[in-house]
Amino acid sequence: MTASEPAAGQQAAGTTGPGASKATGTWSSRLARPRLAGAAGLVILIAAIGFFPLVFTNATATNFGVVTLIFVAVVAAWNLFSGFSGYLSLGHAVFYGTGAYFLVVAAKDWNFTNSSVFWLLPLAGLVAAVVAIPLGLIALRVRRHTFVVITIAYFFIAQLAASNLKVTGGSSGLLPPVPNYAASTFNNPFYYVAMLIAAASVALSWLIRRSRFGLQLRAIRDDEDRAAGLGVRAMPVKLSALVLSAFITGMAGALWVYFIGEAYPQFVFDPLFDLAVVLMGFFGGLGTVAGPVLGALVLEPTQLWLNLQESNGYSAEILFGALFLVVIIFLPRGVLPTGAEYLTSIRARIARRRSAEGGPPVPVPEPASQSTPAAGGTQ
Amino acid sequence: MGSEIGQAIAAGILGGGVYALMAAGLTLVFGVLDIINVAQGILVVLGAYLSYTISQHLHLDPLVGLVITVPGMFLLGLVIYWLFIRPLRGAERTSMTLLACFAVALIIEGVLYRVYGSGYVSITAWFTSSSIHILDFYLADSYLIGFGLAAVAMALLYLMLYRTTFGRAVRATMQNQSAARLIGIDVTRVSAVTFGIGTAVTAVGGMVYGAISGGFTPNSGYDLISRLLAIVILAGMGSIGGALVTAVLMTTAEALVDIWQPDWSVAVFYAALVIILTIRPAGLFGRRAVRAQ
Repeated sequence: MTASEPAAGQQAAGTTGPGASKATGTWSSRLARPRLAGAAGLVILIAAIGFFPLVFTNATATNFGVVTLIFVAVVAAWNLFSGFSGYLSLGHAVFYGTGAYFLVVAAKDWNFTNSSVFWLLPLAGLVAAVVAIPLGLIALRVRRHTFVVITIAYFFIAQLAASNLKVTGGSSGLLPPVPNYAASTFNNPFYYVAMLIAAASVALSWLIRRSRFGLQLRAIRDDEDRAAGLGVRAMPVKLSALVLSAFITGMAGALWVYFIGEAYPQFVFDPLFDLAVVLMGFFGGLGTVAGPVLGALVLEPTQLWLNLQESNGYSAEILFGALFLVVIIFLPRGVLPTGAEYLTSIRARIARRRSAEGGPPVPVPEPASQSTPAAGGTQ
Repeated sequence: MGSEIGQAIAAGILGGGVYALMAAGLTLVFGVLDIINVAQGILVVLGAYLSYTISQHLHLDPLVGLVITVPGMFLLGLVIYWLFIRPLRGAERTSMTLLACFAVALIIEGVLYRVYGSGYVSITAWFTSSSIHILDFYLADSYLIGFGLAAVAMALLYLMLYRTTFGRAVRATMQNQSAARLIGIDVTRVSAVTFGIGTAVTAVGGMVYGAISGGFTPNSGYDLISRLLAIVILAGMGSIGGALVTAVLMTTAEALVDIWQPDWSVAVFYAALVIILTIRPAGLFGRRAVRAQ
């Protein structure tokens, strides 16, 4: 969103005629190094997230922080599969819940307590990843609507299994161990573990997007048959993305259940969870790296805050649905891609006007060459 | 045991008729508009609540109440289509429309919670507490009335599709949208009315569901939509006759499993879905392969 502010300034400057070109120049030169600005922004964001629990020490704020970071991890992981490959999964709660139940059962059976429970997280991710293999092998044979519906079916099978199996404690649920952290800083260990998982999830998305593997995924999204014709082995590629995504989702689910301290089937396998993840992914921009992060950082605290305002949370549901519709209709590709398009079109208009006036009055680099990396930088 | 099985089969077939009607709306909308209306489940629940309100507060027979709820739901369908489905175009339309329907479902669910709370309610009428005795087993009147209503609605749907000019336009749009547009069919109008009809059947489906389900909450929409989607996908998308047969098969199978495994009977739907799609990705009655869509 920060990138659109200079754009608005630029537009205002551009419309007031040649006298305002000086202002345009300063904005342009500031945007001339988008990579540097991006890196600085990233450092500031990471520092802000890192210091957040030290500045805001009250339990509600850090509680919001933990859950939000868990969602950052999950939405980025979901996007890594669904956003890149175009296979929309509405069943990621299966992996989330698998990780969660694994943690509760394993911690109990193997007598893990306090901080040692965190060592179970990678294992929980692994279990979710293993579960994803057969599910993926079946579901990835079909496309589009049918794929979505199969993932929904998986979700309901998992919920039903959790309510009826002995190992999950049935509908009466299970309780994970409660760590003996001091009340005033209880949330902090969870916060930093969540931050690690979120960072890993985002870093993985970034690496994949820049890699050959990411290119193959996007080729599948654009036209699977053509991609296969060009030599992309579609099934292994799609399945690997799903398994990676399930791994992170499983870890996040395990952390979440340890944090909230209870596991019930309706709660661990929650249809609203799937919807929230998809909404956050769409809100920021599907298939981008920064978009899902933005979506989770904006929407999850909003939802938590709305739930605080009203204990039953029905207003949050209505508002969420309404917001979803607004995003879909007015920002069909998400905030970041639509914003980037907007920015590029404004830049192009200014460049056209300037060349019509016979060259720029102030010596600035070619505007046309800057617009491309800046727009690409938001991806 | 024998009579138990007979009873289960009878209940399965009668209940299947109702699911067939709800699934027919879903599959019709899919065939014409190429979207999955995931709000269908909550719309059925909305229909059930409307019938509940009419019988509870206006003291009307829920059957008579359909005269109000069916046109009401039709209009609601038109509004949803016009506001949220029609503006969505482009390459990502498939996923966008699905999510738009999900958002609509969320809003309706939230509103239902606000208005009616989260407690179970059920529709009571002259046919909901009596049953008749045929041969060896008892059949609840509500199942018979529900099946009868569903059969009438399906027959009307069939007549509309195959005996009217509008139905011809609908079928043409299902086959090839661009060609339909070229020969002068107003595809937008056909789509809007189809979406309206797909929504209107939920008024009937909801009334019957409310009477036979033994209680529902705003949360029942999730259970309903997952069953309906399983039926529609299993039948093969866009196949109305297939949806009918599949609905009856599935509810009967569920009722049979329910005799010895009541906890797992719901899983029949999803297990069948997963198993059959691994063998036959196009579904049981699908004409075009799902993979090639």
